Parts: sequence; structure tokens; C-alpha cells
Amino acid sequence: MKKPIFNVEFADQGPDGKLNSRRRFLKNTGLLVAGTGLFMYSCSDESPEEELLSADAAADRRAGKVFNLGKGDLAILNYAYVLEQLEAEYYRQVLEGSYWANASAEEKQILQDLYYHEVIHRDFLKVAISSVASPGKVAPDLIFDFSSVDFSDRSTVLTVAQILEDTGVSAYNGAGNLLENTDYLLVAGKIVSVEARHAAAIRDLIAPGTTNFASDDVLVDILGTGKAYDKATDPRDVLAAVAATGFLETKIIANNVPTN
Amino acid sequence: MNIIKFLDSLSAPELLKTPVSRRTGLKSLRQKGKELALVSIPFALAATSKKTSAATMAMPAAMFQASPTDVLKFALTLEYLERDFYQMGLDSGVIPVTDRDVFGLIRDHESSHVNLLVAALADDAFEAPEFDFSGGLGLTPFTNYAQFLALAQGFEDTGVRAYKGQAGALANNDTLLEYALQIHSVEARHASQVRRMRGEKGWITKNNHTLGGTFDAVYAGEENTVQLGVELAGRFPNFGGVDAVTEAFDEPLTMAEVNAIASLFLA
Repeated sequence: MKKPIFNVEFADQGPDGKLNSRRRFLKNTGLLVAGTGLFMYSCSDESPEEELLSADAAADRRAGKVFNLGKGDLAILNYAYVLEQLEAEYYRQVLEGSYWANASAEEKQILQDLYYHEVIHRDFLKVAISSVASPGKVAPDLIFDFSSVDFSDRSTVLTVAQILEDTGVSAYNGAGNLLENTDYLLVAGKIVSVEARHAAAIRDLIAPGTTNFASDDVLVDILGTGKAYDKATDPRDVLAAVAATGFLETKIIANNVPTN
Repeated sequence: MNIIKFLDSLSAPELLKTPVSRRTGLKSLRQKGKELALVSIPFALAATSKKTSAATMAMPAAMFQASPTDVLKFALTLEYLERDFYQMGLDSGVIPVTDRDVFGLIRDHESSHVNLLVAALADDAFEAPEFDFSGGLGLTPFTNYAQFLALAQGFEDTGVRAYKGQAGALANNDTLLEYALQIHSVEARHASQVRRMRGEKGWITKNNHTLGGTFDAVYAGEENTVQLGVELAGRFPNFGGVDAVTEAFDEPLTMAEVNAIASLFLA
């Protein structure tokens, strides 16, 4: 049975009709200029004039080609939303692959649970961000490319899952002290421990019954007390690592994301 | 010099009159190497402006938020408890040889956490209290492996919820908050592993557990389905439903709730 991609409750509202009619207007009057010259990927509130000039920029954003995370807490929430979209889409494809179809009951359950959790994280973040930001400031549906992943191969699937989960943990840990609103800090805390549970489970599937669930290769030292701590990675470093995987086609602009 | 005491002294009301944006003056520097003395770690030196939170605005005045020192002491007691529990378990021979590497690692981590907290507390640090892992319930975790595993799960899941509950109290100290988060997620890795060793899922479904009624408190509140005011129950019928919604988020415990659990094991 094909897994549903969208939960009906959270289906996209669709493109902004107003902007489309403006675009048709521009075309008809010859004012629409193709190319990048007039594109403005601004992170500030757009004036009507700016909105007119960035008509194609907005279209590119809605099409998932590019997105500026914004600034402050909004940028951090969008950043988390980007990562959850990535994970949710990855596991969706895992569940459509032949490794999963033929996996043990335990492994099927774990990967299915991971999929469900990331979808819930993703859709929750979309609602939360949408309640405090205008549609243009909420990350769009991103474009992914997992063609480099062999979903028929157990080792590949689990290794990529491990990378995504470990990265998610370090991303949330690194974002904690960048948030201003303590309600957001708490909810990030509620999510990160679940990602860590995920990471441990995947690592244990790879090397069962060993120290792999929390081994030295993923942990770091603090003040010489030993490698007993998860990483806390700056958002820009996480995004660079994500870009390096090639899994995310959408260009993410993080120039105003908070940093330490 | 005790940085934490100094920090607390700067939270005097007169200093809060000039609001300072949260991030100014709060940049923490990483201390490389084996130097553990707090004096060379520039923790936040000035009280920062109040963090915004609709929740805290609505809190009754009597609601208690711990100082950073209180949080570190609280965490230290829990880490001592875990460290000593695992050490006694390893020393007792109750752990099968196939599981010794796992519990050796967990013990090592808890020992590191103890050392970090002791260093951070400096003059406010204390020795490990005496523990009684029978829990006053006649438990024999050092001869009964099933009980050992059950207590391990309880301690790890409690530890995750304990740190999570104090994130807000550390919110004005960038460095301590980050350290706490870095410990918190490792405890979650521990919890996941021990749970699965007991045949449970690595994550918590509603407030379900198999530790026996005395330990309901460890999971109370985990059935929550509302996040940031959004009711998530009923929204994911094709994605695991309410079970998955409760699994997807871990819930905090207050200091008092955690201390009530931990006190069972204080001699």
C-alpha cells in the first residue's frame, strides 16, 4: 500500500492567487523581466514595490527553489522545519524501498516509527511557524533528491538514517542557546531527545548490543571530562553539511540566522 | 573564585533595571584542554533581560524557577545516582558479559557528567550521597538483572525529563544551557538503548511503562498531545495516531517531581 505523502489536515493552501494575477499583469504589459536581475530575496518585510519586483523571487520560493530562513527565532524554527522535512522525506522513501519491504519486523517498526515521528515534527513546526509568520516567511515544501541512495540496501539505508539522526541531535543542541523564546526552547528540547533515541536505535541496528548507540565517534569532550556529550553544532555548519549530501535541491539562505 | 556565586550576586534587582539584550556579553568561549578551573571560563557575567514566554508571564508568582547553581546541584545528585548505580552493577556481577560493554560505557558517561558538574559548581560541589537501590521497596537490582534493567530504564528516562525540565532555568546562561543539552541527549541515547534491551521501544508511548506501579511518576505526563498550544491528537490518523504523537515528544518533569522519584533511592 502506498504511504500517503500528505496529511489532509496540513495540505498546502496553494499558491497566492493575488500574486499570480499580478504576474499575468506584468507579462501582459511587458514589465516582467526574465532572469535574475530583478530578483530580491529579501528577509525584511516587503513593501508593495518590492513585492512587485520580486514577483519571480516569490514564485521561486513557493516552487521550493530557494528560501531565506529569516532572522531570530523564526529563522531557527524554519531551520528545524527544513531538517524535519528532510528526514520525513527520507523515511518516506525508505518505506517505499525493497530493503524495508523485506526487513525484520523490528526494523520495519523502528523505521516506520521514525517516519511517523518526523512527519509529526514537520507538520507541527509548519503549524507553529505559520501561526506567527506570514506565508512568505514560512519555508515552502522543499525539493529533495535521494537518487544517490540505494533504498534496496540495508547498510546504506541505516547509515544515512544514522547521519540524519545524529545531525538532527547536534542541530537542535546547537540551536538551543540561539532561541530567545523559552517556549520554543522547551519544544526544541522535547524533540531533540526523541531524535537522540532514534539515533541510538539506528546505531544499535547497525552494530547490535555494542557501544555504537553512543560511541566515541559521535560524541565530544567537554573540558577534558571525556567524550560523554553530544555535539552542539552551529546552524550554518549543519546547513553546509546538509548541502554537501546533495539531498536538498532547494537553496537555503541563512545569512541572518542567529549564531554564537 | 566561584563564578556561579558571582553570577547569582549579579542577578540583584537593581542590576535588572537596565535591560540588556539576551545575547550581548554572553558569548561563551570554549575552554580547550584539561583546565577545569571555572575562573577561566567566561560564563555570563551580567543578568540578561527577561526571556519572553507567554507561559512564564502566566505563571503564578509562587512558581519556582531554580537558579543555575540549584540546577547544577540537582543534576549532580542525579548523575551521582546513575554513576554509582552502574558502578555497583558492574562490580556486583549481575550484568551478563554480553551487556558489560554497554553498561561500562553508560557508567563512563555518567562519571564524566559528574566531573563536569563538580567542576562547574566549584565551592558549591558536594560528595556523592549514600544511595539505597532497594528503593525501600525490597528491590535487589544487583542480584536480579531484570530489576537492574528496569531501574536503569527508570533512571535514564527520568534523567532525560529532569534536564528537559530545567532548560528554562538555564536559558540565560548560553554555556550552561548548551552543556545541559549536550548531556540531555546522551541520556536519551542511554534510555533508548536500555529500553530496547528490555524489549520496549526506544521511545515512550503515552505514559505506558512496564516498571511497576511505584514508577508511574517516571512517565506521568508523557501522554500529553498539546505542543505550543496546538492539539496534535487526531491530526495524524495515517501516521501512527495518538501513540506516535506522544512518542514524538518527550515531556519535562519539574525539580520537585524528579526529587520525589530520586528520594526513593537516597539512603
